[in-house]
Amino acid sequence: METGATFWIASAVKVIAIVLGLVNLGALLLWVERRQSAMIQDRMGPNRANLQIGGLNIRAAGLLHSAADGIKMLWKEDFTPPGADKFLYHLAPVISLVPPLCLFAVIPFGPSVYWANRAQVFGSEAWNTTTGFIPLQIAMPDSGILVVFALASSGVLGAALAGSSSDNKFSLMGGLRAASQMVSYEVTMGFSVVGAFMVYQTVRLEQMVQWQVDHAWGIFTQPLAFLLFFTAAVAETKRVPFDAPEGESEIVAGYFTEYQPMKMGMFALGELVEVMTSSALLTTIFLGGWQFPFLKLDGFHLEMFGVAKPILMSHLTVVVISAITFALKVAILALLQMQIRWTLPRFRYDQIMKLGWRILLPLSLGNILVTGIVLLFING
Amino acid sequence: MPTLVQALSAVETVNSVSLRYQYGPIFMTVGFALIIAGAVFALATFLGPKNPTPEKLLPYESGSPTTGAKHVRLSVKFYLTALLFVIFDIEAVFLYPWASLYQSLGWAGFVEMIAFLTMLTIGLVYCWKKGALEWET
Repeated sequence: METGATFWIASAVKVIAIVLGLVNLGALLLWVERRQSAMIQDRMGPNRANLQIGGLNIRAAGLLHSAADGIKMLWKEDFTPPGADKFLYHLAPVISLVPPLCLFAVIPFGPSVYWANRAQVFGSEAWNTTTGFIPLQIAMPDSGILVVFALASSGVLGAALAGSSSDNKFSLMGGLRAASQMVSYEVTMGFSVVGAFMVYQTVRLEQMVQWQVDHAWGIFTQPLAFLLFFTAAVAETKRVPFDAPEGESEIVAGYFTEYQPMKMGMFALGELVEVMTSSALLTTIFLGGWQFPFLKLDGFHLEMFGVAKPILMSHLTVVVISAITFALKVAILALLQMQIRWTLPRFRYDQIMKLGWRILLPLSLGNILVTGIVLLFING
Repeated sequence: MPTLVQALSAVETVNSVSLRYQYGPIFMTVGFALIIAGAVFALATFLGPKNPTPEKLLPYESGSPTTGAKHVRLSVKFYLTALLFVIFDIEAVFLYPWASLYQSLGWAGFVEMIAFLTMLTIGLVYCWKKGALEWET
C-alpha cells in the first residue's frame, strides 16, 4: 500500500467522491422509486419539473423533481416544537444521516490499483507488483465488518431520539417501534453472517471478496445466510413491508411527524442511502463484490467454453470493468428492494417481531450449526 | 539488546503507524459526512422564513387537540426486546473471533461453540415459553 502523502491525498479523494456520490445516489434513488411506483401503478409519474434554457425545455424524465424538492425543502419554514428537547430533537436527523454515509468506508468497490511502476501499470504484466498500490476502498481496518456493525447500530439512535424528543405521542410510538424492530433484526443480521465468516475465515471485507474471486460466490456457499441477511437489511431500512415505525395510516408519519421539511428530508435521505449501503454490503459478502465472472487480473479466462488462450487486458481496463460490475450489482439489489415495496403490503407489528425472533433467529442459529458440520466434513 | 522500554516503544510506533493508516480514513469519512449533514442542517435552519403561530406549534396528532398525559404508558414488551437484544447481540460478537478461526480449530472448536450455542438456545426457548416473544395481546 502507498504510504505518506500519497495515501492521505488518495484517501481524501476517495472520501469526497464516495460521500458526495452517496448523497446524490440517494436523490437518484428517490427518482427511481417514483418512476417505478408510477410504472407499477400504470400512471405517468413525475414529469412536470421543467428547466427552460433558451427555447429548450429540459425535463429529463422527471429527474429534476429530486432537485426541485431539495431546493423547495430548504426554503420551507423551520421551527422547533415548544415541548421538544431542543438538543436531542436537533441531533436526531444528523445521527440518522451520518452513519449510513460512513458505512461505505470499509466496502471495497474495485480491485486495488497498482500505482508503483506506473509505466507498466497500463500494460498487461503490472499485477505482479506487490508494493505501491491504492486500494479502491476508503479504509482497510483489521476489524473489517465490525466497523460496519458499529456504525449500523448507531442508526437506531436517530429514530429512537427523534421519537422520544419530539413531544408527540405518535412520534414516541413510532420511535419505539423503530428502535424495537431495528434491534431485533440486528440480532439476525449479526448471526446470519457468522456462517459466511466460517467459510471465508476472515472478517475483513476485502479478503472476503478475494476468497469469492478464488473459490465461489457467497450466495452459493451460504444461500440461507444471504436470504436472512437480505431480509434483515430490508427491515433495518424501515421500508415497506417493514414500515410500521412510519405507518402513515396509523401514526401520521411515525418518529419524524414533528420535523420540518429538510430535517424530515434528512431522515428520508438516510433511509435511501441505507438502501444503497445495504445493497453494497450484500454484494460484497454474498455476490462476489467487484468480481466479473471469469475476469482475472490480466483479462478473461474462458477455458470452460473452449477458448484456449486468455483474452488479455491492461490493468486499468480490468479495474474499470470490475468497478462497473460492482456498481451494477449494487444497482440490481437496490432495484430489487424498490420492487419489494410495491409487491408486499405492510406487515402488522406483531408479525414483524414474530418473523424476527421466532423464525429468522432460530434459522440463523441453525445455519451456523449446519455450516460448522459441513465444513468439518469437508476439511476431514 | 534493546531494553524493554525501547522494544515496547518500537511496537508502539509500528502499531500507531498502522492504526493511523487503518482507521484514519474512517475518521475522515465520519468528519466529511458530518460536514455534509451539518451543512444541510444549517441551511434548513437559516434559509426558511420564521413565522411561528400558536396553532402551528401544537403537536400534530391528526389535527385534533392532544389529550391525556404528556407521555403515554409504554408496553413492557419494548423493554423486554431491548434486554433480549443486549443479550443476543453480545453473543453474536462472541461468535465472530471463533468463526474467523473455525477451520483451524477442528472438532474441539466445534464442540465448544455448540455448548455455548446450546446455552444460548435454552435462553431463547425460555424467553419463548415465558411469553417474551408474544406480541399478539
